[in-house]
Amino acid sequence: MMRRMLWLALLAWGMILCGPADGRSAGPPPVGGKLPDFTLGVPKDAAEKTYLGLSGSGAFKIPQIRAKTVVVEIFSMYCPYCQKEAPNVNKAYERIEADPVLRGKIKLIGIGVGNSAFEVGVFKKKYNVPFPLFPDSDFVLHKLLGEVRTPYFIGVKIHPDESHQVIRSRLGAFESVEKFLDEIAKASDLK
Amino acid sequence: MKKRLMIISCLVGAVLLIMPEVRSAFALSDAYKDNIYNPGVLKATDSALKVKVGGKAPDFALKAVSGERVSLGQFRGKKNVVISFVPAAWTPVCSDQWPGYNIVKEMFDANDAILLGITVDNIPTLFSWTNQMGRLWFPVLSDFWPHGAVAKKYGVLRSDGVTERALFVIDKKGIIRYIDVHDINQRPSLEVLMGELEKLKK
Repeated sequence: MMRRMLWLALLAWGMILCGPADGRSAGPPPVGGKLPDFTLGVPKDAAEKTYLGLSGSGAFKIPQIRAKTVVVEIFSMYCPYCQKEAPNVNKAYERIEADPVLRGKIKLIGIGVGNSAFEVGVFKKKYNVPFPLFPDSDFVLHKLLGEVRTPYFIGVKIHPDESHQVIRSRLGAFESVEKFLDEIAKASDLK
Repeated sequence: MKKRLMIISCLVGAVLLIMPEVRSAFALSDAYKDNIYNPGVLKATDSALKVKVGGKAPDFALKAVSGERVSLGQFRGKKNVVISFVPAAWTPVCSDQWPGYNIVKEMFDANDAILLGITVDNIPTLFSWTNQMGRLWFPVLSDFWPHGAVAKKYGVLRSDGVTERALFVIDKKGIIRYIDVHDINQRPSLEVLMGELEKLKK
């Protein structure tokens, strides 16, 4: 009897401990779903602030970015694929900015998982990344985003009331910049 | 009786709850696909240093993946040297440490420094592994045979035969100026290493 009760007690504790702890998700945000709840620091750089349509300082949430769709690249300065893909992602940014239909509607940001501000800065400088990059030095956001491998791209459609929906959630490099932008534009009802 | 059980149960729970949360401190690049072996969380450090800051760095000569033999002595009077020991090929943290160093050659150059990467893996393993990282600008040396001899000289060979995740900064005179035997589960900060290289200029 005593042994049985002890097992039950252990089992109960086991269930408590194995359940998802706060701030953890089972996997990456699914298409049709929502982003986990987190904030990023408002960039200090004025041009980046303007690009994102943010003001002041402190923290913001991705759906607060002034855009129809935000593409979030989960990367790491230390990831060889992200390094290799950097020129293509830059190209995607340039194509968006050069396209009157997409410009101002689709915005790009990157989250450097396990990267300090210094390390994100190294990546930005090395590859002349023209869009804002944010550090995640303690892997906090990486955990929330399902500990995906890198690079990983998440498309987030933002509604006028700042509600949002994930429209793309996929691992790996672009097949082609054009195809990627086409997919995003269509899912954002821009084309 | 019930009370005793409650106490035992609470004790077990309390012990489990105060155990440090096992944190993964890596993000895998898709470059390696599913080929990374995760050894789990290991004892932070597991060796005793045999060298110290201010002391002379023991010389060595090891075979590089490129086929040449590289010695520490060949840089004497010419370059500052950063030695990066990483525990093992095809493991999570190690697989992204060197690709990071690979994009900051300019920072090493600016500090007149060369980087030597060392593991106890054999050359064929190092060849396949480092091929996934793109073209590396620094030599990758194999301390495979006699197994871990150089790591042992420096006192960074762990009891299971792999090395610590350790960084040594050695100046042009061959004097050790900085040592970081890092928690094996975590990647050392690039900022700290670069700060140490900057200090050599003073």
